[in-house]
Amino acid sequence: MADATEASAVPARGMSRAAIFVAATRGRHGADWTDWASYVYLVFGTLLMFVPVAWLALSSLKTQAGLDQMPPTVLPYEPARAALPGRPGEFPLFRVTKGDHAGQELAEVRRIGLQAQMVDPAAPAAVIRVPVSDREPVMRLHAAWDNYSAVVSRFDFLLYFWNSLFITVVATVITLLFNAMAAFALSKYNFRGRGTVFALILATLMVPPTIILVPNYLIASQLGLVNSLWGVIWPGVATPTGVFLLRQYMLTIPDELLDAARMDNASEWRLFWRIMLPLSAPALAVLAIFSVMWRWNEFLWPLVVLSRSENFTLQLALNSFQGELTTSWNLLLAMTVLTLLPITLIFLVLQRHITQGIASAGVK
Amino acid sequence: MAEARPLNLVRMMAGRGLAAAYAGTMNILELPMRVAQRSLGPGLAWLFVGPNLIVFSLFTFLPIVLNIWYAFSGSTNLLPSQRPWVGLDNMRALLSCQNHFDPSSCQRDLFWHGVYNTLEFVVLQVTLMVALSLITALALNKKVIGQGFFRAAFFYPVLLSPVVVALIWKWILQRNGVLNGVILSAGGTPFDWLLDARSAFSWTVFVSIWAHMGFYTLILLAGLQAIPRDVYEAAEMDAAPPWTRFRRITLPLLMPSFLVVVVLALIRAVQIFDEVFVLTGGGPGTATTYLVQFIYETGFAQQIREYGMASAASLLLAAVLMLLTLAQLRLVRRGNG
Repeated sequence: MADATEASAVPARGMSRAAIFVAATRGRHGADWTDWASYVYLVFGTLLMFVPVAWLALSSLKTQAGLDQMPPTVLPYEPARAALPGRPGEFPLFRVTKGDHAGQELAEVRRIGLQAQMVDPAAPAAVIRVPVSDREPVMRLHAAWDNYSAVVSRFDFLLYFWNSLFITVVATVITLLFNAMAAFALSKYNFRGRGTVFALILATLMVPPTIILVPNYLIASQLGLVNSLWGVIWPGVATPTGVFLLRQYMLTIPDELLDAARMDNASEWRLFWRIMLPLSAPALAVLAIFSVMWRWNEFLWPLVVLSRSENFTLQLALNSFQGELTTSWNLLLAMTVLTLLPITLIFLVLQRHITQGIASAGVK
Repeated sequence: MAEARPLNLVRMMAGRGLAAAYAGTMNILELPMRVAQRSLGPGLAWLFVGPNLIVFSLFTFLPIVLNIWYAFSGSTNLLPSQRPWVGLDNMRALLSCQNHFDPSSCQRDLFWHGVYNTLEFVVLQVTLMVALSLITALALNKKVIGQGFFRAAFFYPVLLSPVVVALIWKWILQRNGVLNGVILSAGGTPFDWLLDARSAFSWTVFVSIWAHMGFYTLILLAGLQAIPRDVYEAAEMDAAPPWTRFRRITLPLLMPSFLVVVVLALIRAVQIFDEVFVLTGGGPGTATTYLVQFIYETGFAQQIREYGMASAASLLLAAVLMLLTLAQLRLVRRGNG
């Protein structure tokens, strides 16, 4: 399949790494230096792709105090607290660094100036005096899931999530239907003007939405679509990519199948939804993946057409919060993770189909 | 039995539910479509392409015409009928400079900053991205162990939304971010990466490459895998060294995919907006203000919305994109033919 000389470098999956390593020194029939360079490069690249996302996810589990720490810790920590018998509430734990009690973990019950009154949780009767400079807080691993509950309860997260979900699902369904209808007519009917229609549709490839923002805004406003989720949905439901992809696929479906159904007096509409659509499922799936990706991540057009916050999509809400919430990164990070989660899950499940679909269609 | 498993049962029920909903919806349209078929005859095809054409007409074809009108008319009114014709005034305002190589001497300095920033960005970003994608595709094509995993890893950021991408990197690059943390631990001095003009510009290039190179890698990898293997075997018979094989076989046979990647990357780089807008907001100053941000801000984010000016800039951008897309179509056609 791939480079023939290099194929011998990895002859069998079971071959141990040591054997490959030995082979590496054996000239052009073994693995040469380019194989090793490839591995090093790929591992480094993978880290570069994943570590920033992992860092985001880890950071989203820290408290605001934990986030402010410099230099930052890798895992989320929180100052430990302990309950003391006979005293209400919980008290912060400190590790004493100097003096008679060095190494002990004590709870601070009171602080007077630079002296702290500390108590050993194991022996709560005795009060020990320690200078505040001779101790450091005990940190304990702690995932601050409250960041997530705060995002969900304090901001209209669910509303934004719903808006994004609604746009993604409805737009994808309409996109699939409209584009498949056009592709059906363009591939199976011989009507006057077919070539012109196809050329017109392909020509729209040349007009990305970024260059017709102002007139699109006018039309959306004339149709009463400004500040409505439908204003985000409608402009993008007809896609040249989708029509082209589906038409090419439908051309491979034999006309005899349709003729046989026509014999049985099936209507053209029935031919379309009973025969063509199910048979085009692979191409439809590719378009569906594209559409979900486009819609969930769309930014500039929603930014223009949705100005009231109750209509915001997740992307818009994130953008507006990052302006307002610069002091509470913990919430912003949790919200970012929640936004990337659905796409990440879809990718984990459909990874192979997505990469193959995009490689075959060559579009994004 | 597999059917007895709860998950399968749920899946089966959901599948049946969806199928029933699908059939039900389509059946509702059966009667009107039958009537249409009888009355329209062969014209029924137009009913099938109709929805698409209506959407295209409303949101692509009509806007192209309107955009031209906006570009040559003035005032802050949105309604085209209320906008007086001003001829080339908008264009003239956009393009007039005392010295075209010094954006601050221009009447619309923000536009020219946008033009020059975009130009620099496009050259740098496309060169680096295409080179890195090619290297990655070549490395992946070596039948490495875990090829699928590596391919997926490089592709993953492509799926992330621009806003998420920008926030991931903003979090890393901010004053108290992990990059400064690492530098601090290594004994260096922290730096405000996004508050320095040159550094912010470089980071927008880096972040956009990080987010998109997986896509181009995928296209190049598909191109590499389409190169027939016996060509290489023949070269090996002739004991051609790896560099010669790369230059004489891989590069020429990969050329069609390579050119498509270059043009696609150019088209997208010229329109850079989303990630940068969230990452730097175009700043510091105008260091990372690109052309589309100028259009967006002039038309929609200012107190006074200058639709004419935004449309005039769009028109100029459209001309560039038109050229690039024509180049792409020509390349695709040549590649297929």
